[in-house]
This record gives sequence, structure tokens and C-alpha cells, in this order.
Amino acid sequence: MIDQNLPILQIIIPMIAAPLCMFLRHHLWSWLLALVISWICLFISIALLMQVLEQGVIVYKLGGWAAPVGIEYRIDTLNGFVLVIVAAIGAVVMPYAKVTVDKEVPRDRAYLFYAMMLLCLTGLLGITITGDAFNLFVFLEISSLSSYVLISMGRDPRGLTAAYRYLVLGTLGATFYIIGVGLMYMMTGSLNIADLATLIPAVADTRTIQAALAFLTVGLCLKLALFPLHMWLPNAYAYAPSAVSVFLASTATKVSVYALIRVVFTIFAGVNVLEIISVRDLLMGLAIAGMFAGSAVAIYQSNIKRMLAYSSVAQLGYMILGVSMANVSGVSAGIVHLFNHAVTKGGLFMAMGCIMYVIGSVKLEDMAGLGKRMPVTMAAFLAGGFSLIGVPLTVGFISKWYLIQGALEEGWWPVAVLIVLSSLLAVVYVWRVVEVAYFQDPPEGKEAVTEAPISMIIPMLVLIGASYYYGIDSTTTMDVARQAAEVLIGDVK
Amino acid sequence: MTPEQAIPMALLAPILGAVGILTTWRTPNIRESVTLVTAVITFALVASIFDDVMAGARPEWTLLEMLPGLSIAFKIEPLGMVFAGIASFLWIVTTIYAIGYMRGHHEKNQTRFYICFAIAIASALGIAFAGNMLTLFVFYEVLTISTFPLVTHSGTPEAKRAGRVYLGILIGTSIALQLVAVIWTWTLTGTLDFTSGGILKGYATEGVVAVLLAMYVFGIGKAAVMPFHRWLPAAMVAPTPVSALLHAVAVVKAGVFTVLKVTVYIFGIDFLAELGSSEWLKYMAGGTILIASLVAMRKDNLKARLAYSTISQLSYIVLAAMLANSVAAIGGGMHIVMHAFGKITLFFCAGAIMVASHKTEISQMRGLGRKMPITFICFLIGSLSIIGLPPFGGVWSKWFIALGAAETGDVLFIAVLMVSSLLNVAYLIPLVVRGFFNDPDVDHTHDDHHHEHGDGHADTASPGDAGGPNQWKFRGFEEAPKACVGALTFTAFGSLVLFFYANDLYRFLLPMVER
Repeated sequence: MIDQNLPILQIIIPMIAAPLCMFLRHHLWSWLLALVISWICLFISIALLMQVLEQGVIVYKLGGWAAPVGIEYRIDTLNGFVLVIVAAIGAVVMPYAKVTVDKEVPRDRAYLFYAMMLLCLTGLLGITITGDAFNLFVFLEISSLSSYVLISMGRDPRGLTAAYRYLVLGTLGATFYIIGVGLMYMMTGSLNIADLATLIPAVADTRTIQAALAFLTVGLCLKLALFPLHMWLPNAYAYAPSAVSVFLASTATKVSVYALIRVVFTIFAGVNVLEIISVRDLLMGLAIAGMFAGSAVAIYQSNIKRMLAYSSVAQLGYMILGVSMANVSGVSAGIVHLFNHAVTKGGLFMAMGCIMYVIGSVKLEDMAGLGKRMPVTMAAFLAGGFSLIGVPLTVGFISKWYLIQGALEEGWWPVAVLIVLSSLLAVVYVWRVVEVAYFQDPPEGKEAVTEAPISMIIPMLVLIGASYYYGIDSTTTMDVARQAAEVLIGDVK
Repeated sequence: MTPEQAIPMALLAPILGAVGILTTWRTPNIRESVTLVTAVITFALVASIFDDVMAGARPEWTLLEMLPGLSIAFKIEPLGMVFAGIASFLWIVTTIYAIGYMRGHHEKNQTRFYICFAIAIASALGIAFAGNMLTLFVFYEVLTISTFPLVTHSGTPEAKRAGRVYLGILIGTSIALQLVAVIWTWTLTGTLDFTSGGILKGYATEGVVAVLLAMYVFGIGKAAVMPFHRWLPAAMVAPTPVSALLHAVAVVKAGVFTVLKVTVYIFGIDFLAELGSSEWLKYMAGGTILIASLVAMRKDNLKARLAYSTISQLSYIVLAAMLANSVAAIGGGMHIVMHAFGKITLFFCAGAIMVASHKTEISQMRGLGRKMPITFICFLIGSLSIIGLPPFGGVWSKWFIALGAAETGDVLFIAVLMVSSLLNVAYLIPLVVRGFFNDPDVDHTHDDHHHEHGDGHADTASPGDAGGPNQWKFRGFEEAPKACVGALTFTAFGSLVLFFYANDLYRFLLPMVER
């Protein structure tokens, strides 16, 4: 019974828990609720992925209504994998959040914070699980609206303007997306993704469908912060409360990348969209530009959370680059990088949260001698930095390996060269922090070792540990990513 | 213990040793004992595999599958056996030397020093035992990162700058060139296993091979082929034991070892000889040999001079690989051993001079040989081996490389080797001459007491000389601590012994070019 209804439970449980938090109105009880719910979500998502890997695609009809009329949830290897990523990050962030929220969010509003976190989780899981293009928009809005609130909840007033900017651009992106969906509906009369995939080829030559594709792509690229549509991202990540930075950086943009993959490789599977209106060249060009621009700007940031945010812009470039290659190696690199970057960047933002907690700043000049003052946190930051660079034994290496392999298989050696050159920029921005933290002496009177509470340290070490565990033995993640990519590529041809 | 079991044990021993060092950091005596015992155990484990490899066995051990279809796997063949043996054996000697040096020099953070050293040795062994190019690359990068804290040990702004150069060049070349070359090889052939006769034949055209080979040779930055050599002089800010073992033996030899390994087991020397893709790289190596020697002549700082000498000597091995014939390849393998003993002796001497007299510049060392005769005699022995004069080991490896050049008709490179030998004489011997035959320079040193610290040049790289020189005084001589002198005498003696065992080494390495 429960087995059969896991897809809907995945969404409905956090969705119901969110208003429950409002009723509890207590910072501790709502946190406990959010914590338990996030772990339940993780177990459900893992169970779903196992089911998919064993039995193939799961189709779940909401209310028993058949597909084109009713909404269906459809889980294959790809979104099964993304569900696990989102739920896992949620489950690791919740224990971490407690201490930071107590410090960064006014206590009387803390219960709202957890309610919003649960809503955001609901939205992100919903985008991933749904098989309906309009339903996807609904969840997109749920996750976006809750994340605007989350970003603005901290004590830093700059969070408000950051959230406002995100709101404007995010709404624009969502509007573009829904226009695209509307145009498709106009031509096909369907909103179901699987259904659309069969109906689109017949009308693919019409300008309406091509316009729809353009709207969908631009809208989603805005949400996933592809260069040069990334302007909302750096401040949003930099000035949000620590736990929010971790959660959004690891999940929000990844889910949008997933949605783009769905559009390109499933909805437009029959038309080989990457070829027809040079979407591939566009995506590839912007991805590469983002890899360089993001990293180059990151080098000049003095706020390290902002630096990590710009690094995310570059890393999103890698994902889109992989997707735009449209071969198995490239697409599986893009997919596996969803996971790899989530754990790495999550761990790094957690380290920043620990530093924020202890010294009250994430500015580079305040980090002098942190290698001595916060040895565990800085070691974790360094370890995560290695993964951004793509040093062997880290997950970053695995992604880069397949990305380069994908480029070489197509004979695009200049792309391969650009990938490695951009990863060398990561060396520069990671090393700036290392030099300040390890080669400068701590300020007078602050030499003592002071680490953040253990409830923050452990989740951080879990994520950083994961970025090594899956870097040393990547067969689990790569097999899933490869399987997902093969299905997608198979769809295209 | 079977050799298959010995492989993981040998790799694990230094790591466990590092943990042991960490737990005993409060008591330096126990900590250093742990290091020494670890070094001995590691060498014993490596040595236990030796007989089997000599008998023709190729023990293998797979750790895990890292990427689907690609494993972290180890397989021992003669060249790797020799490199592992040298690195682990000299680690013992260096540890003894380091105890004397680090204490005599009052260095800080000695626990971190010994830990990173152990990890570096473990990575060097990983490189030596690697059964495929992915494994080798992984340990190559670990070696770079684990040696970074050793290079920047003093934490001064100068060390920080040197660290940037070190990391920038080594990580930069390895990611930008080597990694791409490895993945390219993988996409071409579908395997990265080191295979006798190479794996690329039949998969790559002449042009691709030429580009790929260049990407490997320059991507292996640790081989220090110009123009990617700057990291090695930069690394000289490290404490002398690091310069001695890592930047004369483990790290740089890991570089040239990788070059040899790639040419022999990835490209295959016959395939390379057929295509002639390595032609222009020979000139790069030859150019590096000569230019680095010329630069060495102009360096007054002893360690800097030795660093450039190392760059020059490393290119002997790169040249040997690029000549692409059996004799030269074996000569290159032998040179890894011969140069290791010679150069580590020279670095040990440089460190001994620094500890005993706080002198780093060659121009300050007039008459110093009369105070430190053992050190200077050993320096002479090391120099003669580097130059390639009998009865020291260096003569044989140079001989075989020259023979290899003759075989392919590259008379030019025989000339390069000869000129290089002359240059070696010109930049190494004057120090010995100055030490014994010139009178001490009264302007710079107040003869008997070398306690002055205002000596401008002296030892800017290493702080902590507050305690003054640490000396072993006997019969009016003022040598470095006994541990240092013992170590450098031992390695100098080793250079002599190797002269007589060169034939065994040749025979041991022979299977590497047979199919």
C-alpha cells in the first residue's frame, strides 16, 4: 500500500507539514518537525530510486485520473536521482540549520523559517517528480516564493534587496516558462510531458512551437542562473541566512537544470532540438562563457560566500556544457555533476556558515589565521576547494573527467582545453582563501581554537566526506547518471 | 607474505606511520622513532617484493573501481620496483639526516613536517606501483598536494610566493595537459593499463601521437622540462631534507619515471621509433640539459645551483625516453638510481653546511672544507658521480644513454651529453676547490665563531636559527650533527658501490623493454 503511493507521499508529507509548523508556532517544535519530515522525505526518495532501478519507470496517476486529463507523476532514473539529491541535502541541512537559525533569524519568526524550508523542499521535489508541464510551473512557483522569503529572513538587510531582485528575475523566468507551456498547449492540447513528447514532432516546424522552445529555454536558464542570466544569484546566496545558502546553492539551480534537461531531451525528444535552432551552440557558448566569467569574477570577491556563489555560476556552466554535448559521456557528466556539485558546494557553504557563526563575518580579510583558529572547518573548506578545482579523488574530478571525455569523443578539443583552463581559475580563487587562512597570523588575542557547535560540524563533514567517498568510488553515482543519460539520448535518436 | 599482500601493506605503512606521528607529537623522541621505524618497515615491505619481480613475477592488486571500467590498480614491473626501492630506501637515510637537521636548525612544526613527508612517500610508492595511468595520475596529484606544506614549511612571505609557483606549475600542467592526455588516451584505446609494447599502436595516427606525447612530456611538470621548470628552484625554500629526498629523488623522479613509463608502456618505444614523433622533444630535452647547466653556473646560492643541476639531470632521462630505443630507456631507468644517490649526497652536504656554519652562498664558503672535511669530500664524491666519472655510479647511466643516442645515430646528443659533463665540472668542482684551497674570507666570517646572524644572505629561507649553529666538534673540525654527517657519508658511499653493481641493475631493468 505505502509502496504504491510513495510518489505522492514524497510531496504531500512536506506539504502538509509546512502549515503544521505554523500551528506549532514554536521554534524548537517546528524545527523537530522539519527535521523528521526531511528525513522521511530522504527515505522515500531512496526507496523510489531503488524501485526505479529495479522495475523501470514508475507512473503514478493523481486521483486515479488517466494521463492527458489528470496529473501524473512519472519517475525514471534521472528524476529519481535528482529526488535523492534534493531530499538528501534537505536532510543534512535541517540538523545544521538549528543553531544558525537561532543566531541569524529572530526567534519569534523561526517557526516561519522552518515552514518555508518545508515548502521550498516541497516545491523542489514537486518540480522533479511531476510528469506534467503545468504542474511543474506550480511547484516552480511554490519553491521560488518560499525561497524569496527565506533569503530575506536573515538579519542582514541586504538580504531584502537580494530577495527582491531574485523575485523580479525569478518571476520573469517563471512567466517565460508558463508562456512556453501555453504555446505548446495551444498547438497540442496537452500538458502531460510524455504526451507532449509524442505530439510535438508533428507540429515542430511551426513558429509557435519554436517560440515555445525559446521561452522555455530562456525561462529555465534564468531560474538556473546560466550566464548572463545569473545576476540574481550572487547576492541571493551571499546575504541569505547560512542554512538557506547551503540549501538553495545545493538544490534550487540543480532542479532547474533538471527541468531544462526534461524540456530538451524529453518534451522535444522527437525533434532533436539541439540541432534545429542552434540551441546547442547557444547553450554551449553561454556555458563556456559562464565557466570563465563566473570563475574570473569569483577571484575578485572579498565576501567568500559571494565568491562561492560566483563559483556556482561557473559550475552551472559545466552542467549545461555537459548537457549541450548531447552524447552519453557529456550528458552523464552533466547529471552526475548535479550531485557532485550539490555535495561539494553544500559542504563549502556549510563551512562558511560555521565561520559566520564563530567570527561573525565571511569577509576574506577577517579570515586571517583561521587555519589555526578553526582547524576542522578550514580543513573542510580546503577539501571542498580541491573538489571545485577537480583534484583526483574528489567528485569534481569525476565530473571533469566525463566532461572532457564527452568533448574529446565529439572531437571538440578546444572545448576540452577550455574546460581545463577554467578549472585552473578555481585554483586561484580557492588559494586566495588558503593563503589568508594559513599563512597569516590570527589577530591579537584570538589565537584560541574555537569551532562551531558539533551540530554544524557533523553535517559539514558528511557533505565533504561524500564529495570524497563518491570521488574515490564513483561507480554508484556514475552508473545511475549513465543509465539516465542513455535513456535520454536514446529518446533523442 | 605474498607480493600481492605486500603491495597494500607497503602503501599503507607510511599512512599508518603518519597517524602514529600525529598521536605522538608531544614527545619528539618517540615521534622520530615512529618515523624511523615506519621508514624501515616500508622499505622492508618494498624489498620483500624484489625477488619475485626479479624472477619475472608481476604482482598485481586492485583497490577498487574508481570510474566504471577504470580501477585504482597496482602492478609492479622492474622500473617501478627500482623507483619504489630507491624512494623507500633513501627515506630511511633521509629520516636520520632530518632528525639531525631539523633539531640542529630549530625548525618549527616538525610534526606536520614528518606527517607530510610520510604521505609524500606513500604517494611516490603509489606512483611506482601504479598499474594504469589513472592510478598514476591520482597519486601524482596527491604527491603535489602533500608536498606543498613541506615547501612552504617556514610560512614566510617568500615561502608563500614559492608555494604559488610550485602549485601553479605542477597543478597547472598536470590538469591542463596531462589530464587531457590521459582522457584522450582513454577515449582512443578504451584502456589505460600499462602494457608491454604500448597500447596506442593501431589507435592513433602520427599527428595525434606527436601531440599526445608532447602533452604528456610537458604535462608531467615534475620532470621539469623547460619551460615548466621554475617550480623546482622555487621549492628550494623548503628545509633541506625535503630538497634532498623530495626534490632530488621522490618528486622529480616521480616525474621522469612517469615519462619513462608513458613512453615504454603507453606509447611503446618501437611504435615511437617508427613514427619519429618524439624528434622535436629530444631537442627540448637537450636544450634543457644545456641551458639549466648554464644557469646553474650563475647561481651563487648552493641549493639553487643544485636545483638547476637537477633540472639538467632530469632531462637526461627525458632525453633517454625520447630517443625511443631499448638501451637508452634502460639507461634512463638507471639514471634514476645513479642521480638519486649523487644528488641526495650533494643536498645533504648543502644542508650540513647550512646547519654547521649558516652559510648558503657558495662565495662565502672559502676555506670551509678545512673545517668540514668529511662533508666536502662527500660533496666531491657526489659531484664526480653526477659528472659521470669512474669509479662512481653516474658513469654507467650516462654511458647507456649515450649508447642509445649512438644507436639512433643522434651524434648531436652525444655531444650534448659531453658538453653537459664539462659544465657539471665547471659548476660543481669550484665549490670543493674553494673549500679546501682558498683561505677563509676574513671579511665575511670571523673565523672561529660563526654565530653572527646579521650575515645578510644567511638563511633567509629558514627561520629559527636562534640557537646558533649546531655542530659536531672533534679535532678542531666543526662538522654538522653526527646524524647528518652519517647520512651523507652513507649515500656518498652508495654512489661508489653502485659503480660495481651497475650490471645487475641493467639486467634487472632489461625485461621492461622486452616483449
